[in-house]
Amino acid sequence: MSPDTLRRRFVETGGIVILLLVAVAAAAAIIEPRFLNRLNILNVLRNFSFLAVPAIGQMIVMTTGGFDLSVGATMALASVVTAAAMATMPDAHGLQLLVPVMLALASGACVGLVNGTLVARLSLSPFMVTLASLSIVAGITLYYTQGIPIYGVSDAFVDAIGRGQVLGLPPVLLLAIVVIAIAIILQRRTALGRHFYAVGGNVGAARLSGVRTHRVLITAYVLSGLLAALTGVLITARIGSGQSTIGGTLGLETIAAAVIGGVSLRGGSGRAENVAMAALCLTIIANAMNLTQIDSKFQTLVLGSVLIGALAFDRIVQGRRANV
Amino acid sequence: MSAMLELTGMTKRFGGVVALDGVDFTLLSGEVHALLGENGAGKSTLINLIAGTYGWTEGSCRIDGQTVSALTPQKSRDAGVAAVFQEFSLVPDLTVEENLFLGREIKGRLFLNRRAMRARAEERFRDIGFHVELASKIETLTRAQKQMVEIAKGMLSDAKILILDEPTASLTDGEAEKLFAAIAGLKARGVGIIYVSHRMAEIRRLADRVTVLRGGRKIDTVAIAAASDATLIEMMVGQPVERLYPSISQRPAEIVLATRGLRVSGSVSDASITVRAGEIVGLAGLVGCGRSELCRAVFGLERMSSGEIELHGAVVRAPVPHSMLRAGLCYYPADRGAEGLALTRPGRENVTMAALDDPRLSQGGLLKSWRERRAIAAPLKTLGLRPMAPERAASSFSGGNQQKLVLARGLMRPVSVHIFDEPTVGIDVGAKSEVYRLMKTLVENGAAILLSSSELPELVHLANRVYVMREGRIVAELKADGITEATVLRHYFDAETGATEAA
Repeated sequence: MSPDTLRRRFVETGGIVILLLVAVAAAAAIIEPRFLNRLNILNVLRNFSFLAVPAIGQMIVMTTGGFDLSVGATMALASVVTAAAMATMPDAHGLQLLVPVMLALASGACVGLVNGTLVARLSLSPFMVTLASLSIVAGITLYYTQGIPIYGVSDAFVDAIGRGQVLGLPPVLLLAIVVIAIAIILQRRTALGRHFYAVGGNVGAARLSGVRTHRVLITAYVLSGLLAALTGVLITARIGSGQSTIGGTLGLETIAAAVIGGVSLRGGSGRAENVAMAALCLTIIANAMNLTQIDSKFQTLVLGSVLIGALAFDRIVQGRRANV
Repeated sequence: MSAMLELTGMTKRFGGVVALDGVDFTLLSGEVHALLGENGAGKSTLINLIAGTYGWTEGSCRIDGQTVSALTPQKSRDAGVAAVFQEFSLVPDLTVEENLFLGREIKGRLFLNRRAMRARAEERFRDIGFHVELASKIETLTRAQKQMVEIAKGMLSDAKILILDEPTASLTDGEAEKLFAAIAGLKARGVGIIYVSHRMAEIRRLADRVTVLRGGRKIDTVAIAAASDATLIEMMVGQPVERLYPSISQRPAEIVLATRGLRVSGSVSDASITVRAGEIVGLAGLVGCGRSELCRAVFGLERMSSGEIELHGAVVRAPVPHSMLRAGLCYYPADRGAEGLALTRPGRENVTMAALDDPRLSQGGLLKSWRERRAIAAPLKTLGLRPMAPERAASSFSGGNQQKLVLARGLMRPVSVHIFDEPTVGIDVGAKSEVYRLMKTLVENGAAILLSSSELPELVHLANRVYVMREGRIVAELKADGITEATVLRHYFDAETGATEAA
């Protein structure tokens, strides 16, 4: 195999992310032995789930050549919806608890539907559309909650999803693994997944090939909204209240995870497994900094540097595209 | 005549690939020197070296007798080289004038000297005998106009060496004439012109000498008068080619596609055509006459404002690509880059893009890449994809082979009506003959083909009937022996006098 082919393989299979992951994990373990503590590992895996699930949605939107800046706000909306609905039905138990969850997921899907429809039908810029919906959705949740956490989240719900364990693992991790697995199959083995790539690669060619590009775009944003809402529900189960602030920086971190995971900003490429690994990297870095008690103000600086470093490294390994 | 440019032993390697192998090339002052060769022969590498796009690996270069050790785009420009490439270097959002002077604006002490720039630009357009409104934005121009702006931009700095890469690829015959006149003018002023084209007639008419490249090597440089077309083609492909146009037995049967009074606002008015199974119907006309829009409207890419489309006897009120494909009609676009291919995706995915609902590709509802590979093998073999490496990104194929990927898409599903929009623009002789052979196979197996083309010989040799379009209308229908370049041209000519009268 020629060096060029090797290099291409390396880039395509996400070799960079694997290297980064190993390096980050090793560094964390060496610098701070408590990193390997069982409880800490569980904590890392739980936080990983909170990042990986919305990052998968972000990746889908980005492979179609778009962006979803509203991910963080949608999480908060879902959290507030879940808590508010549960507060109105204090006696709910068992499957009845699914009602608030469904409401929350539906709210996320609605945000995605609006985003997708505007992007697809009116050809508006995804960046501007989702920036506006970020603002609107955040405004709604803040107004509704007045910034005060909503209590009344069912204890059964918190115990089962947020604090419980299945096979010794946090349920959220299992859910995240299912989401990632479905995303991998979707991308590699289904027409819809192929259509996401085709629309991002060349929307004209996709339309010419009979791909219903509007539907595909709308589906992408709806999936992103759904996954963001799912994350909001999971976080609510973890913290036991509905909060309008949980999206915080998580929305932007999903973009970082997608980009470090090799998703092209121009659309047309990106793989779920690499994005998941990138999400794990970011979570480990954040965890290591928490353990070593690095000032939280300093942490965002480190995350930004990692993002730029990963992009620069990727470009150098890939080589500047030759003009031939 | 003196040598303005002398290249000796030019070699260029990209990684392990030898793109150019010890090529000698001399350009004399006041000559048009054509470069001939199939895609991948090294023509574009050679002109890119001269333009300074990338450095050479081995070899030496003398410009005006001065040895030049290395070229960058800037150095090359300073040495008097102007290059006009197929990919336009124009910024769509800026005006013609702004583009012409981009990076070399004429300035006073503080402000731009717009009057001087305008005068200079007007003068250049007069030189090349073509007019484009200086204040119009590039994105509003036709491809032909952009091409002319690109040429004017190249000529802005009194270049001594002008490189033209397929300059007529998007021009109609009338526009090409103007370009040829401009070239003659430049020649008379002693400018040396390197002319890359696939069109033999053009080369014969313009060029003084021809250098033929094949597989990165120079085969020979000959005076054009001393070589026949057959000799040149043989030098290009390395063996005598069978006749370029296959003889097709056309057996028109029932009408499969008809439009009645089709109107597309601003480009097509009242167009009624019929296409029968087993025949090739040509659509001729100047660029911008509405040919392409008519084809696109039938496939559902342009909104038709009135009229009717009938496919296999059923009236289609609002065509969309998705349902037209399912009804057996496929459109192959003129602009492969913009509409044909998702360039970052593998060739395989581009070929199967229109056929993912085909059960042959899936197992248990999920796509299987080995099944895809098996399904695309036959169409790609028919088309002769080179290299036969469908897992490579579509961007890594040459123009002709990218076109094959687009065409293969139509072979992946049962298609009975094929609409080709400029299928051979910018592809080499070898790929052209493969496209024609494909058309022959399709038609002889009972498919119908609508062929929209600027290349008259193509229409004359392949079509059973030809519709000529002018300003959005069908102005003539030519049949069998009535299809000659002269007849078709006469309708173009009428169009031009008509336009003059109207103006």
